[in-house]
Amino acid sequence: MSETAPSLGKDLVGLESLGREELTAILDTAEPFKEISERRIKKVPVLRGKTIVNLFFEPSTRTRISFEFAEKRLSADTVNISSTGSSVTKGETLVDTARNLEAMRIDMVVMRHGASGAARFLADRIPSNVVNAGDGRHEHPTQGLLDILTIRDNLGTLEGVKVCIVGDVVHSRVARSNIYGLLTLGAEVAVCGPPTLVPGSFRELGVEVFQHVEDAIQWADVLNILRLQLERMEAGYVPSLREYNRIWGVSTERLEKAPHDLLILHPGPMNRGVEIDSDVADGEHSVILDQVTNGVAVRMAVLYLLAGGRPEKAEAAKKGGGPS
Amino acid sequence: MSETLLLTGGRVVDPSQELDGVRDVLLVDGEVARVAPSVQAPEHARVLDCDRLVVTPGLIDVHVHLREPGEEHKETIASGARAAAAGGFTAVCAMPNTEPPIDNPAAVGFVAAEGRRAGAARVYPVGCISVDRAGKRLALIGEMVEAGAVAVTDDGNPVMNSGLMKLALQYTQAFGIPVADHPEDLTLSAGGHMNAGIVSTRLGLPGKPNAAEDIHIVRDLLLAETTGGHIHLQHVSTRFGVESIRQAKARGVRVTAEASPHHLILTEEAVEGYRTEAKMNPPLRTAEDREAVRAGVADGTLDTIATDHAPHHYDEKEAAFTDAPNGIVGLETALGLILTHVVGEGILDLPTMVERMSCQPARAFHLPGGTLAEGAPADVTVFDPVARWTVDSNAFRSRSHNQPFEGWELTGRPSYTLVGGRVVWER
Repeated sequence: MSETAPSLGKDLVGLESLGREELTAILDTAEPFKEISERRIKKVPVLRGKTIVNLFFEPSTRTRISFEFAEKRLSADTVNISSTGSSVTKGETLVDTARNLEAMRIDMVVMRHGASGAARFLADRIPSNVVNAGDGRHEHPTQGLLDILTIRDNLGTLEGVKVCIVGDVVHSRVARSNIYGLLTLGAEVAVCGPPTLVPGSFRELGVEVFQHVEDAIQWADVLNILRLQLERMEAGYVPSLREYNRIWGVSTERLEKAPHDLLILHPGPMNRGVEIDSDVADGEHSVILDQVTNGVAVRMAVLYLLAGGRPEKAEAAKKGGGPS
Repeated sequence: MSETLLLTGGRVVDPSQELDGVRDVLLVDGEVARVAPSVQAPEHARVLDCDRLVVTPGLIDVHVHLREPGEEHKETIASGARAAAAGGFTAVCAMPNTEPPIDNPAAVGFVAAEGRRAGAARVYPVGCISVDRAGKRLALIGEMVEAGAVAVTDDGNPVMNSGLMKLALQYTQAFGIPVADHPEDLTLSAGGHMNAGIVSTRLGLPGKPNAAEDIHIVRDLLLAETTGGHIHLQHVSTRFGVESIRQAKARGVRVTAEASPHHLILTEEAVEGYRTEAKMNPPLRTAEDREAVRAGVADGTLDTIATDHAPHHYDEKEAAFTDAPNGIVGLETALGLILTHVVGEGILDLPTMVERMSCQPARAFHLPGGTLAEGAPADVTVFDPVARWTVDSNAFRSRSHNQPFEGWELTGRPSYTLVGGRVVWER
């Protein structure tokens, strides 16, 4: 293991507990890893011989694939387990699943689970590294990191940058990870949406709360637009998707009234015509696909650092060596 | 069966007689025979030296879950009655949310008989308000009272149907028993797993707002006021709830209410780290709410301290927070916790603690005991007020260990528990 700070420790459960140094180390480590994905042969032996289990109790396409690319490009051996068809659906408890995996001598678990706190629960009970790939509405730290990296890439800094997260904030693990990470790194953060989905209690986290997207657009340098899930409408949080789009949808028409151009992020998958209009999603200020690219690099950085790699050696590591 | 017992030299604290002083207590044939500065030991009497110990009327817990029938892997009536005795309780009221629920006289008789068979703390059955605890129509309340039920409740569930609650508060007046309610408006708390507040926002856990409890408390108070029935509000945890009860009492509403040790001692921060052992319903709330509950117990707005002893198997608590069941065990920690953190911090004096844990529970549920007056049942708790000990759930008599106080250093613990003049537990 590395003897120099900052160390991430055993697990990445969330961004709330990470300081500026740890966050910066991950972002800085991701930079050199980006280049690997641009090569013709997209593979370095950094995690050769490591076994990683991707344990997904909720359906996921992009996060799971992004992790899998990150693992494979670092030469780890990976196994994917999804809740369908596994013993999980046969009533096995989370702790038994974890112990069984542990008994097969794995090195890392990347887990997505529907219960807030599930990643912490697992991390406290097995010696392997645990990476949270989303737990309930708690945190989705690698998504937060890739959003933050994308902002830093495009604006050159995070200090004083005004980021507004728009949409279903109360149910969003992406929102929480962004809020914690951005505040720690010196950004200003706001949240915006219908008060049923963006309660005023979020002010206690140190963020501004906007009820009208027009106000958010006036204030912000960056909009991070969250997916509005159909089930929120069915549960009565908003009367209809059409009304949501009319009042909180991000459109070119609304963005044109901003005092300056806004950077547009969306963690995906998008509902075009609901929370974001297509011309915004495909417009010149959209960095939505940069987020996807950065996702692989950020996840490579996290896996590398948890395996004991040192940030200052990332450049060398990608040329051939394993974690120091 | 019951022997003649003489408790000598203890500090006898019995608020029912405004007594607080060193006395000898003679127990004969299951009754209190004499309390006096010096009592000559009769022949064949067993003498318990209570020097430096505190002697009080037996502690009564009006809110415990003994899980039998149906969930005997968590607790049985016998193990619960023994846990109660080990915790210094001489009587407990068993909630009816078992499987099947205690909603008929035969089931009430079963609980009473198993309680007697355990031969530890007395077990008083509480029956359901509604058939199958379904909240639709009244259960056989009259017949359950004849079989030994001392109150009715649908605890575990609130009575959401206001019309049914009104009927219950009317009907029970014929039998002189309280209607106990778990105050929670489920339409406001649905999906919640902890207090709604800054901690739930941070942890990403759906919350139960104070308003869910407050609205239900106010509704119950209004229905008790208009019907003249006796409402007993369980485990009150909110500032507004305490204040509403205080005002209702001032208006003369027939209301009694509980505070639990955990709501008197902990706040929502105890959930940090997704600690399922601090998950219960109502949830731990804010410091402001805790202060209000403390003030309510101090001024008597909350009449009783009751544990809401809720055993769960460790497999069920060893789970993600949202998957874990609500509730903690409390019978074997309550006295030490209250002595250390409530009496010890000056919130209650010792006589008031005995009021809240013995005299008033007896009065609220019309139970024998709660006094050491001559002729009263020889139900006596003797505890050492300065003994230091560490909470170790492995030493519990309860079948379950789920509680957030593991490893806490407490001061004060029971020495003897006497029921009907018989020593049912001694250290």
